[in-house]
Amino acid sequence: MKKSLDKSIIIQEALKELPSPARRLFLKRTLTLGGLSLLSGCTVTDEESAERMLMKISRFNDDVQAWLFDPNKLAPTYPESMITKPFPFNAYYGRDKIPEVDGADFLLEVSGLVADKHSWSLAELYRLPQTDQVTRLICVEGWSAIGKWGGVTFATFLKRIGADVSAKYVGFKCADNYYTSIDMPTALHAQTLLTFTYDGKTLPPEYGYPMKLRMPTKLGYKNPKHIVAIFVTNTYPGGYWEDKGYNWFGGS
Amino acid sequence: MSLNKTVIHPVWLRANHWINLIAVVIMVLSGWRIYNASPIFAFSFPKQITLGGWLAGALLWHFAAMWLLFFNGLMYLFINIVSGRFKARFFPIRVRDLLNDLIAALKGKLAHDSLYEYNAVQKLAYLFVIVDLILLVLSGLVVWKPVQFPLLRELMGDYDNARIVHFFAMVALLAFAAIHVVMVALVPKTLIMMIRGR
Ligand code: HEM
Repeated sequence: MKKSLDKSIIIQEALKELPSPARRLFLKRTLTLGGLSLLSGCTVTDEESAERMLMKISRFNDDVQAWLFDPNKLAPTYPESMITKPFPFNAYYGRDKIPEVDGADFLLEVSGLVADKHSWSLAELYRLPQTDQVTRLICVEGWSAIGKWGGVTFATFLKRIGADVSAKYVGFKCADNYYTSIDMPTALHAQTLLTFTYDGKTLPPEYGYPMKLRMPTKLGYKNPKHIVAIFVTNTYPGGYWEDKGYNWFGGS
Repeated sequence: MSLNKTVIHPVWLRANHWINLIAVVIMVLSGWRIYNASPIFAFSFPKQITLGGWLAGALLWHFAAMWLLFFNGLMYLFINIVSGRFKARFFPIRVRDLLNDLIAALKGKLAHDSLYEYNAVQKLAYLFVIVDLILLVLSGLVVWKPVQFPLLRELMGDYDNARIVHFFAMVALLAFAAIHVVMVALVPKTLIMMIRGR
């Protein structure tokens, strides 16, 4: 501990080392017990190493979850009578910021480790074999809600685009600037659907028009809405919440 | 009986007990912050006494300390059971002893005259908290991985119910801790023993 140095100068110096404002926020929030710094009296370096340790354990927890994930285990499905009404709207912004996507000239971009990189119109996507399921969406906050989503099994879509299924990740970019990524085994899970409908009707804007990836084996923030681009890669793509400190695997 | 006459609490037990305390404190304080993100009941925990600052931070702490709690608890059960200490220390619990000890406790003169032995109330309280910690871990597993543990999920009555079980198991743990600390305060010698072993 360098007691002779002004603490605020040390903090400013340390913050310069940090890559992004989001990360800065994260650092300052994680270690606090309420408003107090948990390690008060110690230097920023101590906070940083504690934070690095927590992130390392979170990466370790990704591996544990990948190991626990059983591709053949199905999430429970529910009768339609149990659907939560109204199904909650949830995003990192309010209802007034829900993106308006024009379906008529919409094209889904496909890139990365795939054989066929042509962009897909909605009409083309709707022609793929469709199925639906009633499952529970669990939010990282702790609440859950049951809903009915319909679309194409994502594994079928990946096969159509000739995806390299030995690749590690599938990444998603969304019309609301949201982004996230998932592991290949979950992408290939039988209940992972690229959905275009909610409760039998075209996916409304608040639930992710024109399409949402629905995985009952992952928490809500892993289920991207308003998808505009899908890519297959071996380079860790991160995600909107994941880059702020939420666990990447986010499995149920 | 493998109980050593001079060392009452072997060093592994003392280390285990205090590591467990650290893990429990982190789990409970970060758990409160996680609870606050979507309260089950009509109250939240005061933010000042929670750990993590925001939901992601609290989750990082919770899912880090869970390993400490889990492996430390596993060690406790393993060494205790294999060494025979578990049986020697906690059994038998006789209903008559339990009643006598309870009455004595209410009168304010619970016997802890032999520090080499737990009285019946202690035995029951410790067994209770061991079972409660196991319940906390199991209900936590369902909240964390409802799809991967279908049997546990059904036993807990699905995800939402597992959250409630997890919550009340936490409440029971705190109730134990409150009484436990009062008891230790009443017989301070036990605290020294739990630190020095003698
Ligand atoms: C919620 C947290 C805690 C849990 C779950 C817990 C659990 C236990 C258990 C199971 C035992 C019996 C261990 C054995 O013999 O195998 C024990 C003993 C003991 N604990 Fe704790 N404890 C907690 C917190 C504390 C705290 C905060 C203190 C200090 C104030 C403390 C002081 C002691 C002492 C002194 C003993 C020995 C009692 C005696 O010899 O009569 N414990 N605890």
